[in-house]
Amino acid sequence: MSDATGSPAAQKRSAWSRLPIVHQLRQSIGLQRGMLIAGLTITTLFVLTAIFAPVLAPYGFSQLRGADGAFGAQQPPGGAHPLGTTVGGYDVLSRVLWGAQTALFVIVVAVLLSIFAGVFLGLVSGYFGGWLDRISVVVSDAVYAFPSLLLAIVISIVISGGKSNLIGGVLAAAISITVVFIPQYFRVIRAETVRIKAEAYVESARVLGAGSGRIMFRHVFRNATRTLPLILTLNSSEAILTLAGLGYLGFGIEPTAAAEWGYDLNKALSDVTSGIWWTSLFPGLAIVLVVLGITLVGESLNDLADPRLRGRRAVGQTAGVVAQTSVVPGGTLVAGPGGLGGREGAATHPTDGLEDRP
Amino acid sequence: MTDVLTITDLGISFATDAGAVRAVDGVTLRVAPGEVLAIVGESGSGKTVTAKTILGLLPETATASGAVILSSKDGSSESNVIALSTARLRQVRGTDVAMVFQEPSMALNPVYTVGWQIMEGIRAHGRFSRKEARAKAIEILGRVGIPDPETRVDYYPHQFSGGQKQRVVIAMALVLDPGLIVADEPTTALDVTVQAEILDLLRRCRDEFGTAIVLITHNMGVVADLADRVAVMYQGKVVEEADAQTLFSSPQNDYTKRLLAAVPHVGQGVVHAAERARARTDDWEEQAPVVVADQLRIEYPGRLGRSGFTAVDGVSFLIRPGEVLGLVGESGSGKTTIGRAIAGLTRVTGGSLTVMGHEMNGFKERAFKKFRSDIGFVFQDPASSFNPLLTIADCVAEPLVVHGRAKNAADARTRVNELLEAVQLPRAYADRYPHELSGGQRQRASLARALALEPPLLIADEPTSALDVSVQARVLELFAELQREFGFASLFISHDLAVVDLVADRIAVLYRGKLVEEGTSVAVLGAPKDPYTQRLLASLPVPDPAEQALRREGLRRLREAG
Repeated sequence: MSDATGSPAAQKRSAWSRLPIVHQLRQSIGLQRGMLIAGLTITTLFVLTAIFAPVLAPYGFSQLRGADGAFGAQQPPGGAHPLGTTVGGYDVLSRVLWGAQTALFVIVVAVLLSIFAGVFLGLVSGYFGGWLDRISVVVSDAVYAFPSLLLAIVISIVISGGKSNLIGGVLAAAISITVVFIPQYFRVIRAETVRIKAEAYVESARVLGAGSGRIMFRHVFRNATRTLPLILTLNSSEAILTLAGLGYLGFGIEPTAAAEWGYDLNKALSDVTSGIWWTSLFPGLAIVLVVLGITLVGESLNDLADPRLRGRRAVGQTAGVVAQTSVVPGGTLVAGPGGLGGREGAATHPTDGLEDRP
Repeated sequence: MTDVLTITDLGISFATDAGAVRAVDGVTLRVAPGEVLAIVGESGSGKTVTAKTILGLLPETATASGAVILSSKDGSSESNVIALSTARLRQVRGTDVAMVFQEPSMALNPVYTVGWQIMEGIRAHGRFSRKEARAKAIEILGRVGIPDPETRVDYYPHQFSGGQKQRVVIAMALVLDPGLIVADEPTTALDVTVQAEILDLLRRCRDEFGTAIVLITHNMGVVADLADRVAVMYQGKVVEEADAQTLFSSPQNDYTKRLLAAVPHVGQGVVHAAERARARTDDWEEQAPVVVADQLRIEYPGRLGRSGFTAVDGVSFLIRPGEVLGLVGESGSGKTTIGRAIAGLTRVTGGSLTVMGHEMNGFKERAFKKFRSDIGFVFQDPASSFNPLLTIADCVAEPLVVHGRAKNAADARTRVNELLEAVQLPRAYADRYPHELSGGQRQRASLARALALEPPLLIADEPTSALDVSVQARVLELFAELQREFGFASLFISHDLAVVDLVADRIAVLYRGKLVEEGTSVAVLGAPKDPYTQRLLASLPVPDPAEQALRREGLRRLREAG
């Protein structure tokens, strides 16, 4: 873009700073920025731990004995076991670190299973309306009323008879979450689609004679997905809680198949009364931290997405350039192509609709 | 007597995502008691922000400097609004200064009766018993011209019409007898015939209550009708301040001159229309019309157990090739519905509507699809008529791609550049996103998209009503130019007679779904036959105080006669 045409600030921003989270991070200030950074830090740590668990953990998740014999049960923190050992004789630190991997696995599977179906159903149902829409809405309302944990237990029993291995446990949690989440994605995308369907640009596509498929995917779909990152983060934390709940109720994953925080909490139940704190504290802390981190990211993204909630730096008394008015010097259409640049309020970046108000 | 309002060197900055923006820059103004000061300017000129400062209604993101001194009506106390505490500000609001908002339906709370809402204001400022407050509310409703106030005080806002709602809002502002009323675009949301009544009421506020009014507007006709003194704002500064007579007769500032020149007058388009009529061949009348409506009827289905709403009721008209038909009417008259029906966006429920020889009553999308390339559509709101995630080039290329004239947007680029050239947008704008263009630029891009397939018919639904007056002038000029060049027939929908006059060959006037008058622009605007058209024409304020005073008198006579 040449200077003559007065390219707006938005175009000078690099592709990097327009990436979803990076953009919000640069935009935020104060408490909102603190929340976002804290959330992002915890979440990044969680993902890194999950990926590098084999390197980070001193022992395997099902390891009971080291080079110098068995670990021993309920060893207090210190020495070879910085966080002690469990009643089953596992190393707590290793179980907590390996547990991140299982948690991440559940999140990925649950989100992947629900997001495509939910988004697609919402788009089709919202765009076409009619009987398909009514049935989908009634079904999704009915699913809302169904407790997800109960569903998870049933599925866990169906898949592996209640005693699950890694795949079975993860799938049980993921599928039960999926069933509950599809209606959530469905509802959000459907509401957005119904709103966008009435926008002038969709009507203009209809006037042009564009087919339904083209309108749905080119014009509606991308505009309807703005709120997805938010539900995604909320769903992720709920996925972890469901998995932990399953494990806590005894439908979790066998310790030999994978490390799982809920299972460890369940086994630590009896320890609490006998003053053995380390077996329950650390897996519990891991759950709280991960859920907190993901929720913080979701909450601050939500605040930043709304211009009314978004905080801004205070400005000085005489700061700022004068906003352009839309009047055209000259007032006629004599200027040819290229000659109009910089006129007619060129490069007015929308400032929360200040100039756009009629 | 001292001035009710003195603004000295007011500066306001906003914190935005794009950094600090200065909205108001060193504004100095004063308002004498019982005076109407109009602040005019286009979007973004800072007029609304200035008005909000007077009531201390700035958002948290704003920083203000300077002084806004407000005196009470009896001159007993003075206060600087910018420096007031929240508690003091609350005392000042309502008693010293009150506000009339743009959209009366949004300024009233739908779940309370209007009486309750007026009484709330009374009881917030001093000790009144419920009975006294109610008596006051009834009195004020009567004084603003609500018939039968004893009963209607217990009505809810939805039981009033738009104009009556604005009367209630004005009553709320007047009830504590403030020295100053700030009216922010008080008539913009209203139809032109209602606008005339509200302007009369505001004039009475000044004369009977002795209230000074700060009138914020972009409509020069309204200014000419009501204002004693005018301040013109441009880019946050007051560029000219004069009494209304002087400003309209001999504007000093260049911007003011341009602004006044851009205001459309009824009667301007006659020359163009006559020119176009001369250029036509003799057999033009015999050519097959592009659109024929015969006893067209469009009903919106009602909810269960309620009858439907008839938006268009037995309307007949035709549009011949290369002819611009202006469709005028107030909100709810069914003009947009007719435009949408021609484009196949709304179903026809009765009569016959033939578009390019295709019957639209009982139309099937599949059968109509091939005719779609023959119809262009320009939407009212330039902010929402483009997909925000596609560039202008993609948007303009869309019709070419949909109708198989190009494989993809890149393939259509040469044609897109030609089209942008035709609507006089620089080529480089093709790679921008819609939000990076101003309203007028977007509306021109919208024209480019509508004309991409060179359709023989273009439907323009209020294409300029969301634009500032100077931008509107350019878009209208462009429209006329393109019409000459491409020769398309057009249905031009607008609520503004002066705008329609500029572009249309013939004008059709709609009133409550019925066609009340149709004819050439000269006939309809020069010698209207229908009483509604006469009233509509007389209600349109002209930007000239002396002439407007005469017209006002004419309208009054017309009302008495009708």
